[in-house]
Amino acid sequence: MIDLTTLIPMLMAASTPILFAALGELVVERAGVLNLGVEGMMIVGALAGFATAVATGNPYLGFVAAAVAGAAVSMVFALLTQVLLANQVASGLALTMFGLGLAALFGKAYEGIKAPAVGPGPLGLNWIVWLGLASVPAIWWFLNRTRPGLILRGVGENHDAAHGLGHPVRRFRTGAIAFGGAMAGIGGAFISIAIVLQWTEGMTAGAGWIALAIVVFSNWTAPGVLAGAWLFGGVTVLQLRLQAAGVAVPVQLLSMAPYLATILVLVLISARQKFSRRAGLGAPGSLGQNFHALR
Amino acid sequence: MKRRQLLASAAALGAMTLAIPAFAQDEKLKVGFIYVGPVGDGGWTYQHDLGRQAIEAEYGDKIETTFIESVPEGADAERALTQLALAGNKLIFATSFGFMDAVINVAAKFPDVKFEHATGYKRADNVATYDARFYEGRAVIGTIAGRMTESNKIGYIGSFPIPEVIQGINSAYIHAKKVNPDVEMKVVWVYSWFDPAKEADAAAALIAEGVDVFMQHTDSTAPLAKAQEAGALGFGQASDMANFAPSPRISSIIDNWAPYYIKRVGAALDGTWASEGTWAGIGDGEVVIGEITETVPAEVKAEAEALRDQIASGAYHPFTGPLKKADGSDWLAEGAVASDEELSGMNFFVEGITAQIPQ
Repeated sequence: MIDLTTLIPMLMAASTPILFAALGELVVERAGVLNLGVEGMMIVGALAGFATAVATGNPYLGFVAAAVAGAAVSMVFALLTQVLLANQVASGLALTMFGLGLAALFGKAYEGIKAPAVGPGPLGLNWIVWLGLASVPAIWWFLNRTRPGLILRGVGENHDAAHGLGHPVRRFRTGAIAFGGAMAGIGGAFISIAIVLQWTEGMTAGAGWIALAIVVFSNWTAPGVLAGAWLFGGVTVLQLRLQAAGVAVPVQLLSMAPYLATILVLVLISARQKFSRRAGLGAPGSLGQNFHALR
Repeated sequence: MKRRQLLASAAALGAMTLAIPAFAQDEKLKVGFIYVGPVGDGGWTYQHDLGRQAIEAEYGDKIETTFIESVPEGADAERALTQLALAGNKLIFATSFGFMDAVINVAAKFPDVKFEHATGYKRADNVATYDARFYEGRAVIGTIAGRMTESNKIGYIGSFPIPEVIQGINSAYIHAKKVNPDVEMKVVWVYSWFDPAKEADAAAALIAEGVDVFMQHTDSTAPLAKAQEAGALGFGQASDMANFAPSPRISSIIDNWAPYYIKRVGAALDGTWASEGTWAGIGDGEVVIGEITETVPAEVKAEAEALRDQIASGAYHPFTGPLKKADGSDWLAEGAVASDEELSGMNFFVEGITAQIPQ
């Protein structure tokens, strides 16, 4: 009925923006920082990437610029939470509003312009989609098999203990925040450069919030993030495809499915909390708490 | 103008009126607008803002306009409308269907402020409504779509299953079918007026189903970008979207609010403004068929333009019988024309459309 050879590439492309953003946020949260500014960083990346792609005619340079811009705005959040020890939830929300406003302001000049298209790669999907996919094992490997990755997790689980062992907590967290910003920026740029090909205000349309939900759904693991991104992206694509095929499905039910799945996963995590913690899963112990060395 | 600036100017104005009470007497007519999207959406809101610019050009110093963009359809709308009224705007245009209840609520609190609500059906002494007969334009682009499709599958990206959108789908299908009896219509609902990524996915879903010409009733240019990638054809929606001409954008249906806004502001200025409902179409210049590009063969272009002119002159109504509903029941007899009441409550597809309207 629905051809899988066209459905799967569509699903992969549609889930790429949230995959990048969620992978970035995964690393940030594993370092013990809750950055709710994903949407703001994505939209800044979407604009910076678009502007650069238009100016240079090279979409790949656009993605580089988006990563730099995303990381740059995330440093505002790092300054607030790591240096000035401001509340992370409030700072993250502020970052989202700041990013949306900033992008809207500077985006005026780019309205109505078309971006240079990203060429197709293997299976008709562009290289950025494959880069997102390759980031999954890379981040898994970094967090589980490398010394800096293990220290980063230690910083996230118990910052006082990590500090006691002589690890630079703030430096790790700032690095993670920058990485999260860069990934969110690339995710946003994927929307403006590879999906829509134009700049419009508010074009990320809530993708950043879905990315935040996916990190929880994933139980803070990289393969889980991929599964979540494909589930959320897949359900969107599937329900559109079913409609186009003329299949009468309750669209609202399908749209609700990922959120129901998230709730289910959360229930399972709390029911098996002991097991989860022993297996090194679940939310990082110091998530959302500020670290002050003098305490 | 952003909300914060507006607040500041409202405060400043308040201070001024306190200091010099007589100042308010010979003030210009202040006209406010609230928009559901950003002015730069290149579609619906952009066109309303062109209307706002047209009244500024027409009346110059006699009026002063303000707008608030990207106002969500909910509690924020009521707040934004109240701010505009408090800031001294005497004529306020609310340009989205979802602002309806907010307009009615705020209008009751400010009886000396005139409100105009686009595409709604609730009126009061100080609330007028206005809408355009977009289905007239859909008949014309439906004709082009029926002629241009090679796969005989045309698609429609719908926003919400409300009468206005259903009218458009039916009108486009009826006229595509007239010129191409084999044509099939596929419909995808995205449940948003403006979500570029989702609109692009909806276009991709239609293309994957074999659709090679599609229409949209959502505001972004994302579906046209998708069409360009896939070699399909599409139409500009609400605005010209000329960036994508000559192909994939082969024509467009343009909302032109300028004549209406000029008329209504004029009425407010000379004191003849009254609450009424307006539903104008191609003939009044509110619905405009954009340039039909050279990708479309000359005879198809001529055929579409002839239909446009017939509708404009009132010689032809897009909903003329014989027509049946999708469930097979009779709707309009031979030669009968649908009434405005029937159209404004339309909740069914016509015979031949196999897609379902979500309930």
